[in-house]
Amino acid sequence: MTSAPIRTSNVRFAGLGGTGVIKASDIFADVAFREGHTVKKAEVHGMSQRGGSVQSDVRFGSEVHSPMIPDGACDFLVVLEPTQLEVFRGGLRSGGTLLVPADIDTARLPSAKALNVAMLGRLSRHFDFPESAWRASLRANFPEKLHSANDTAFTLGRNP
Amino acid sequence: MLQPSQDKSGRLLLSGNEAVALSALHCGVALGTGYPGTPSTEILESFRTLGGKAQWAPNEKVAAEVALGAAFAKARVLCTMKHVGLNVAADVLFTMTYSGVDGGYVLVVADDPGLASSQNEQDSRRYAEAAVAPMFEPADSQDAYDLLQVAFATSERWHIPVLFRMTTRVCHSKSPVKPRFAPGAKLTTAETGAPTADFVRNIVDRVMVPGHAKPAHRRLRAKMAELEWWNISAGPNQVEKRSPALGIVTAGICYHHAREAAPEASMLKLSLSYPLPMETIRAFAASVQRCVIIEENDPWLATACLAAGLTIEAKDDAIFRFGELNVDRVRRILDKDSSPEPVPPRGKPPELCNGCPHATSFEVLKELDCIVSGDIGCYTLAALPPLSAMDMMIDMGAAIGMGLGLRHVLPRDQAKRVVSVIGDSTFLHGGLPGLVEMAYNPPQTGHVLLILDNGTTAMTGQQEHPGTGRQLDGAGTHRVCYEDMARAAGVKNVFTINPVRERALLKGVLADSLHKDELTVIIARSPCILAAGRIAAWAKEQKAKAATTETACTCECGDEDKS
Ligand SMILES: Cc1ncc(C[n+]2csc(CCOP(=O)(O)OP(=O)(O)O)c2C)c(N)n1
Ligand code: SF4
Repeated sequence: MTSAPIRTSNVRFAGLGGTGVIKASDIFADVAFREGHTVKKAEVHGMSQRGGSVQSDVRFGSEVHSPMIPDGACDFLVVLEPTQLEVFRGGLRSGGTLLVPADIDTARLPSAKALNVAMLGRLSRHFDFPESAWRASLRANFPEKLHSANDTAFTLGRNP
Repeated sequence: MLQPSQDKSGRLLLSGNEAVALSALHCGVALGTGYPGTPSTEILESFRTLGGKAQWAPNEKVAAEVALGAAFAKARVLCTMKHVGLNVAADVLFTMTYSGVDGGYVLVVADDPGLASSQNEQDSRRYAEAAVAPMFEPADSQDAYDLLQVAFATSERWHIPVLFRMTTRVCHSKSPVKPRFAPGAKLTTAETGAPTADFVRNIVDRVMVPGHAKPAHRRLRAKMAELEWWNISAGPNQVEKRSPALGIVTAGICYHHAREAAPEASMLKLSLSYPLPMETIRAFAASVQRCVIIEENDPWLATACLAAGLTIEAKDDAIFRFGELNVDRVRRILDKDSSPEPVPPRGKPPELCNGCPHATSFEVLKELDCIVSGDIGCYTLAALPPLSAMDMMIDMGAAIGMGLGLRHVLPRDQAKRVVSVIGDSTFLHGGLPGLVEMAYNPPQTGHVLLILDNGTTAMTGQQEHPGTGRQLDGAGTHRVCYEDMARAAGVKNVFTINPVRERALLKGVLADSLHKDELTVIIARSPCILAAGRIAAWAKEQKAKAATTETACTCECGDEDKS
């Protein structure tokens, strides 16, 4: 069956339960949605708090059908936990972009927990959403006491 | 908590569960009740967050009965559960379709094709047919939001409880929703259309003795015939004419997979899939050269179409009956490709959190070489390596019955090693009749029941239950006392032990209990480490309150141990 491709951007976040995968994908989806795209997001939770492998798919464009990214069709794969790279690598399309924690100078992170925000900063370089939209979404989705650490982490990823 | 995203045109980015909750609010639902279960749990939690009245019942059967009472009183009511929950509530379901209801009754049942977080992949569509309950199947969040309103209207018009079948991907995927009302709008009853609750006596319709139930069954079938006709002529199903070469009949999330896999195909998307609008399907199938049924799990739709004499193609059930569908698998079905599918690399399985109190309990069980009749909850993870310390798990509450059965027939040396292990929420859900059985038909060797009281329903994300003393919204309420329950059932030896702080004691008491030919209940009480902070903060607040009103708990169910 041949089918005309629908231009949808496919971004997968992956890692282990508790590494901020779902949160990062929520923020990314929020930014794309507020910027006027149709967005769909798929994840499986339930046991994800118990440290198992977790993935969350965000798809956006003018029209999106399935919320799940087809096999090997990720334009971006954001891996938040190095041990999970081999589990998820196959999801990336050829020529797709892989983002891994090694892309970040983790020694300069305000806290290890902020890695997901730094990775969002890194990811933000690939999209023309305004920087202010990312920062606004970060503020809307985290309690106030984390705002300044998140700003630092985001900057570390975006302008290393 | 995350605020739902809103775009410039007023659309919200919601999960299917959040969309159901918002729609319930906009429909003026008077009460939401249910029992937690992935992937349905967040519906009632969101409904409560939005300002609706929502509560957890001890199990799905009770929830469905509470909802039925509300619907007998003309109110709009929402009842939520996961697919296996409907097994527990099936007894109510099969007769409340006979009695019918006066208000609007929507029972959300969330299936889990692919077993993301379940013990089986049963298909609730069979319940609709077996119990004769109309069934809606939303495909995404907007659909869930819109169809819930249609579901209430259908329930009220035909005076019948309706099923609202969701699946993991509909419940947990987010997609845009354009709501009927602005977020936060205070709605009048004129706007929601919800009726006012009122009791009107109607013994003939509501007391299902055979003399009343016989005509009720005929009435039900007549309603269904009418509803089928309505579904054909004015139902919420959608015919999309594209290429006449290929037509796809589908429902739920599969609609979106199919749209992507075959953008040129004509589509019949079913939204009210029981009673099936068979004439609509027949006309659609006749309008295309090739008609394929795309459905997850059981060949329910395909079988019905074939029985009606339609020329359709079904998926290859040797392969595609198992697991959820996605765009790639739908492509394979359309291509009649039954070659072996690629196997994705195995991810890391979940495990008990570091410091989980369940871990200590299972270490002790393992050290004593127990045969563990287990149950469902976080603690089921103890069945996996490295602990591998649970020998069976089937359904909620089964730990006790299975343990007793083992004790009754095993040779004495093996029978003496059997322990039933059950979580606190699970004990109150399905374990109580097992406790009564234990005292009523005690095995010759006695029995030992270990209740793992971690103060929460941890597995599904820390919901309250009758043993926590808190309601869904966190308000304090009576806390049932397991110790009193065990004694009232007829168990003499009842112990409460903190498995973390009193590990040696737990081991000693367990060894001693296994040695005796008596009945013993041990409550292993130590909070889930993820919930401990919240529980402690709550307990502190209660103490401060109690100091002024002096109504502190006096039984040994361990107010201070909870912290
Ligand atoms: C009939 C049924 N309803 C709901 C569920 C989902 N579920 C599985 S275990 C569980 C409760 C777990 O709580 P608890 O027994 O307190 O153990 P914990 O997870 O806290 O260790 C729930 C709600 C199910 N599997 N079956
Ligand atoms: S969530 Fe709580 S009960 Fe579940 S594994 Fe973690 S600590 Fe244990």
